[in-house]
Amino acid sequence: MSTVSAASEANPPLENGGRLQGTFYAAHECLRSAVASIRAHGLRSFLTMLGVIIGVASVICVIALVQGLSQTITQQFEGLGSSTLTLRSETPQQDRMRGKINRLRPTDLDELRFRIDDISNITPLVFAGQRFGAEVRNGANVANGQLLGTTANFQDVRRIFPRSGRFLTESDDASRRRVVVLGEQMRKDLKLSEDPVGQFIQIGSEWFKVVGVMESLGEIFGQNQDNYLLMPYQTALAVTGVITQPDLWISFSVRDLDNVESVKERVASLMRRLHGINPGQADDFVVESADTLARTFRQISMTVTFVVAGIVGISLVVGGVGIMNIMLVSVTERTREIGIAKALGAPRQFILMQFLIEAVVLAVIGGVIGILIGYGLSYAIAGAIPSFPPPSVPWWAVVGSCAFSALIGITFGILPASKAANLVPIDALRYE
Amino acid sequence: MIELRGIGKTYRLGKNEFAALADVNLTIARKEFVALTGASGSGKSTLMNLVGCLDTPTSGSYALDNASVAGLSDNQLARVRNHKVGFVFQNFYLMPRMTSVDNVAQPLIYRGTAPAVRRARAIEALTRVGLEERLMHKPNELSGGQRQRVAIARALVGRPELLLADEPTGNLDSKTAEEIMALFADLNAEGHTLIVVTHDPGVASHCRRIIRLHDGRIVEDREQSSSRQSLHEAHS
Repeated sequence: MSTVSAASEANPPLENGGRLQGTFYAAHECLRSAVASIRAHGLRSFLTMLGVIIGVASVICVIALVQGLSQTITQQFEGLGSSTLTLRSETPQQDRMRGKINRLRPTDLDELRFRIDDISNITPLVFAGQRFGAEVRNGANVANGQLLGTTANFQDVRRIFPRSGRFLTESDDASRRRVVVLGEQMRKDLKLSEDPVGQFIQIGSEWFKVVGVMESLGEIFGQNQDNYLLMPYQTALAVTGVITQPDLWISFSVRDLDNVESVKERVASLMRRLHGINPGQADDFVVESADTLARTFRQISMTVTFVVAGIVGISLVVGGVGIMNIMLVSVTERTREIGIAKALGAPRQFILMQFLIEAVVLAVIGGVIGILIGYGLSYAIAGAIPSFPPPSVPWWAVVGSCAFSALIGITFGILPASKAANLVPIDALRYE
Repeated sequence: MIELRGIGKTYRLGKNEFAALADVNLTIARKEFVALTGASGSGKSTLMNLVGCLDTPTSGSYALDNASVAGLSDNQLARVRNHKVGFVFQNFYLMPRMTSVDNVAQPLIYRGTAPAVRRARAIEALTRVGLEERLMHKPNELSGGQRQRVAIARALVGRPELLLADEPTGNLDSKTAEEIMALFADLNAEGHTLIVVTHDPGVASHCRRIIRLHDGRIVEDREQSSSRQSLHEAHS
């Protein structure tokens, strides 16, 4: 006699191995049947995923390009070094509108030099551009760009060096020589030769000798970074300072990294004293480290990334609607199958889980394919645009896309799944 | 084992109410082999669905295994179906993409049985119905009789006391039908309670007790002594 059919064994000994394990087996079965169903309708499953694939691919592509760009820029900031501080004037918007502009004066620079120890490489930067009221010329060729006055330390602080000729020297500054170092773009605009060292150009009515050309910095956001000209700090003051008060940026290095904060405080209190700021009044200057600059920039680029990714991410919702649509069709198509499962004793949650898992699996597979496509696409786009920095796909974008796809699957799978789970067994069984 | 008291089932078709069953009183003991017969529309399938907890009555009380089924939730009813009832349908209702083993093992999934145990029990059940050679075949690779045997194996795999068959031979030729009914008789002899819904008197004659329905009421309820022999005598 067969043991199977013995009615006396209707209540067999514990074969379920505990509730938790049973749930695990059931979940495993749901996953298996979801995968089987997806494979059984290959083309349809692919078309269902297409919305998610396109959505995730565009999100990843956009994030990769923006992040690649911002990484390149951040690296340039980091070239400044974390021990480098920059002191510059700060004018509140309200004062600016009243025409009251705060400035750092050359005397501030001298005071800084003599009163603060522990700092080195003190480098002033004066914006001479507008104050000349004149253009840069080489014969008939005219160029517009930033005219900056600085000292020999500039190249060490900024980590950019001349590609030909030499940089400005201490003695250029001391004797106020009329010499300039050109940015690459400025040289091109002036139609000077590749190596123009020794040639003369005109700024306003003054003649300057070209002593060097700086290496190229390339473009950031389509903005050329090489359109500038450097002259000795004292020369710049002499040429412009008589008419207007120059505004300085002062960069300096802190010798000991541990002292950065205390140096910042000392510089701030010195400046407050020099500028006659009463207690309670706001500073008319800021002391920034390259770190703060980089951090600010990173924050901006993150915001940009999220906003753009968010906008593109809307297409993911469309993909989710696509999944919901097909899943609803699939539930109708499999009504009989659901009826059989229910007749055989499938609980409501099992059917719910089965369809939910199917939706999630569809969405996540779509998400993974989308990530790969987006990755490839970002490299293709970055490669196609000249001088575009290589894209970078951050891990959080990959994890986030997967998680968001799963979320889309759950969100848009819940309706079809509960429709399936709520079918009345006898009606579902009779469904033709 | 089965106790139906004053069972009624009404369907609403638009504004009209249609009584599929009215005041049905029925007791079926363990190890009985019962045929539910009647013309189509007599309510025999409705009665079977109620007995199998696929449907709930609109009035009356039903106790299965001395436990009232009234007021159970959908999930509790599913549990009862899974543990106590095995269904065999006219159209087999097998999953077309699954092999015989997977089809038969399906009810065990809902109990949370381990995959290896499921498979072993499915093979056991298929062997019982004589399909040990067809384990990995899909329904479309099997004949009608073989499909119905797979369905019977699926009904057996959960080791329920009660087997319900709705026109199990309706889609089979007479020779295969005879084989299936013989299998049912064997299962009954092994201790299963069996209820077979059929409109075919030839099939009903295999059963030891025949209940005939008409317009939702039981009009006849008789025992026959030795079903098989009496059938052959009747034919000769």
